[in-house]
Amino acid sequence: MMYDVAIIGAGVIGSAIARELSKYDVKCCVIEREEDVCCGTSKANSAIIHAGFDAKPGTLKAKLNVRGNEMMDQLSKDLDIPFKRNGSLVVCTKNQDPAGLEELLEKAKANGVPRCRILDRDELIAMEPNLSDDVVAALHAPTGAIVCPFHMTMAFAENAFENGVEFFLNTNVEKIEKAECGYRIITNKETFETKVVVNAAGVYSDEFNNQVSDRKLQIIARKGEYMLLDKQAGCHVNQTIFQLPSKMGKGVLVSPTVHGNLLVGPTAADIENKEGTDTTQKYLDSLGPLSALSVKNVPLRQVITSFAGLRAHEVDGDFVIGEAEDAPGFFNAAGIESPGLSSAPAIGEYLGDMIAEKLALVKKENFKATRKGILNPEHLTMEERNALIKENPAYGNIICRCEMISEGEILDAIHRPLGARSLDGVKRRTRAGMGRCQAGFCSPRTMEILAREVPMEMNEITKNGGKSTYIVGTNKNI
Amino acid sequence: MKNYDLVIVGGGPAGLAAAVSARDNGIESILIIERDKELGGILNQCIHNGFGLHTFKEELTGPEYAARFAAQVYERNIEYKLNTMVMDINDDKVVTAMNREDGMFQIQAKAVILAMGCRERSRGALNIPGYRPAGIYSAGTAQRLVNMEGFMPGKKCVILGSGDIGLIMARRMTLEGAKVEVVAELMPYSGGLKRNIVQCLDDFGIPLKLSHTVIDIEGKERVEAITIAEVGPDRKPIPGTEIRYECDTLLLSCGLLPENELSRSAGVNLSPITSGPVVNDSLETNIDGIFACGNVLHVHDLVDYVSQEATTAGKNAANYIKNGKNAEAKEVKIYPEGGVRYTVPATIRPSEMDDTLTVRFRVADVYKNHAICTYFDNELISKRKRPVMAPGEMEQVILTKAKLAEYPELDRITITLEEA
Repeated sequence: MMYDVAIIGAGVIGSAIARELSKYDVKCCVIEREEDVCCGTSKANSAIIHAGFDAKPGTLKAKLNVRGNEMMDQLSKDLDIPFKRNGSLVVCTKNQDPAGLEELLEKAKANGVPRCRILDRDELIAMEPNLSDDVVAALHAPTGAIVCPFHMTMAFAENAFENGVEFFLNTNVEKIEKAECGYRIITNKETFETKVVVNAAGVYSDEFNNQVSDRKLQIIARKGEYMLLDKQAGCHVNQTIFQLPSKMGKGVLVSPTVHGNLLVGPTAADIENKEGTDTTQKYLDSLGPLSALSVKNVPLRQVITSFAGLRAHEVDGDFVIGEAEDAPGFFNAAGIESPGLSSAPAIGEYLGDMIAEKLALVKKENFKATRKGILNPEHLTMEERNALIKENPAYGNIICRCEMISEGEILDAIHRPLGARSLDGVKRRTRAGMGRCQAGFCSPRTMEILAREVPMEMNEITKNGGKSTYIVGTNKNI
Repeated sequence: MKNYDLVIVGGGPAGLAAAVSARDNGIESILIIERDKELGGILNQCIHNGFGLHTFKEELTGPEYAARFAAQVYERNIEYKLNTMVMDINDDKVVTAMNREDGMFQIQAKAVILAMGCRERSRGALNIPGYRPAGIYSAGTAQRLVNMEGFMPGKKCVILGSGDIGLIMARRMTLEGAKVEVVAELMPYSGGLKRNIVQCLDDFGIPLKLSHTVIDIEGKERVEAITIAEVGPDRKPIPGTEIRYECDTLLLSCGLLPENELSRSAGVNLSPITSGPVVNDSLETNIDGIFACGNVLHVHDLVDYVSQEATTAGKNAANYIKNGKNAEAKEVKIYPEGGVRYTVPATIRPSEMDDTLTVRFRVADVYKNHAICTYFDNELISKRKRPVMAPGEMEQVILTKAKLAEYPELDRITITLEEA
């Protein structure tokens, strides 16, 4: 198959680039090894849109973070992404040098982050009564925000799909080689020929780059472990609470999520195994004492799940974005660690412009700029909800009792563009199974719905593709 | 808005018995709201026998036990709605619910009985480290799959936690052709009934390893191996004691949690020990006219006790609807001490209580040759010797109105364990 652009990776970066390119008249595809979009780093991170004060001025991280943050107000409306500017604080405790806050404030100014200022303890406590007793001051960034990373990725991907980008899921890139047309991408399924390759392969982006370029990259998987707390704990803090980096490390954050939970993490450990998304006792145990440095009485007993994500850390420290010097037509979006999610819209724009120029692409007239997300009936009045149920009774049938998710929302998740085919796919789209019972009650019911609607056999239903099946047979027949 | 005298949230064993009792005590206008497609609650998936020895003096399966109570509901023409989820309850006893046919609707109730039951502690709540593959189920989820849908969740499994559902599922999985390698229990004693250990593990040669826990889950897509280790008195794993089992399934039976999200929205005070509402002798919460019974109140060992408790709640709710509440009644607090973890009820009003009141509780550890002692202020009122008490089984003390009447100045009741 011949393409103008083939994007490797359907995480938030690949999807943002795909959406940007779908504004043009271009034959573009996204190749993803997993069964769904948003299955790697994009699904397991802090779910933060950073204000942009952290990165060193002049770096791509600084520039694209601030730009990405700016873009989110409009994007969240256009693409119906759950997004909230809750503000962020970087807190300094009495044992730390407050000069660190001044340095951050200077960086904020240099990076063009608006309205940052340093607050004293009294002002802070009025905002955040649960800050630790040791907190003496903090940098306040009102543009700091939280987002649903699943919906952000899916919004980009669905919108790209609706504008003509093809998605090849369950397709694992095995090798990239130079070819007459540009590049040949060999996968476990078909072979793709393309003029331009976009390498948005997360922790594997070094391997693909190194197959075609002599400017070698080295990506280290830096594991971050998190604990997600029950919605009862969601109001423990209002803003995202970061810690002033110290010799002991960057610290952990305590933040509400857009869905109303409380998130604590991440730890940081460089690991060898790029598939190593297991959590460890040691690091989970460390989250209590670490979070207590900035926020007191974090109700860790209300944990509902823990998870680990891998940051794609490039050894030189900055994002690697752009055409490889010695491999024309091979564009990297590599080393996308924090603030990668925040920068994703800007990375899409930045690379999209580059590729459009390279291929002399023309904007298409019928680009559909908006996408409607899965309806959240929580936001409806009782009258509106009843009208909805009358039209589609499935919205009256609650499947996930913890998150109060109806069958209507699950049907939407399955039947929309790039719809869910697994329990995790349903979960990321609707939150069914993401609540306090962690799918104990709803998984058999969600499986029935998947089996009926896709349709598929019960023993074909997976948690997240591959061999992750739930059912091994029928009674007395395994 | 519709009006009912009594709304019962949940059509499991607690809700059914409460409804029958309220009707028999003169309440006509009753609505049971059940989220599942049939009455009976979790009993419908408990197809093993052993239910009803106290209530019916015979051994029934879960569905049979539920059917007997459901039949009483049908006989009395008590109204119920299936496939209906209660979305909210407020402190004015306005119940908001939803289903396919009626949409979202509100009911003004004079009294509400909370009977939502409990849920299982999940892998996430246990914070077990490792990967997050398919093949990790709570024992109850596996029970539903096997018993109600006929699907096997695995071929070779390790079970963490020796709660009753885990023990029952060890036998069930074995009977359906799976191999259960081991049941690991963090505590030095089982959380389940003795008879279940004998009938579900011993009879099938399934080892029970006390003071063991899961320390690693392997497998990125589906469970491939589980490692357990022995734990010390601090419940931390002891290095060098690891045992690795190749398997495809981990079942969790690590405790049940009363489901009180609705109670919380109504402003009901919850006990940090039971996670259930704090109730008085009427099983009434701090919100007037909101009562609780069954596993939403505290997790029971036997359904017979759920039915008894719910019968009391139904009668008291009926009394509240007919006669209101004596706000002046003196309330005496019951203090659980010395190994008694909590009591239900937590307070008692001597002027309002029935002639006898059963106070139920669980103990914190395994106690041999101890006695359950009841004090009125500092005076020992009763002492009942128990050869063995364990956290997996409920204990009880019966208080009488007559005895309490002898102590008009009573300030506190203490229930405690003492060496016999």
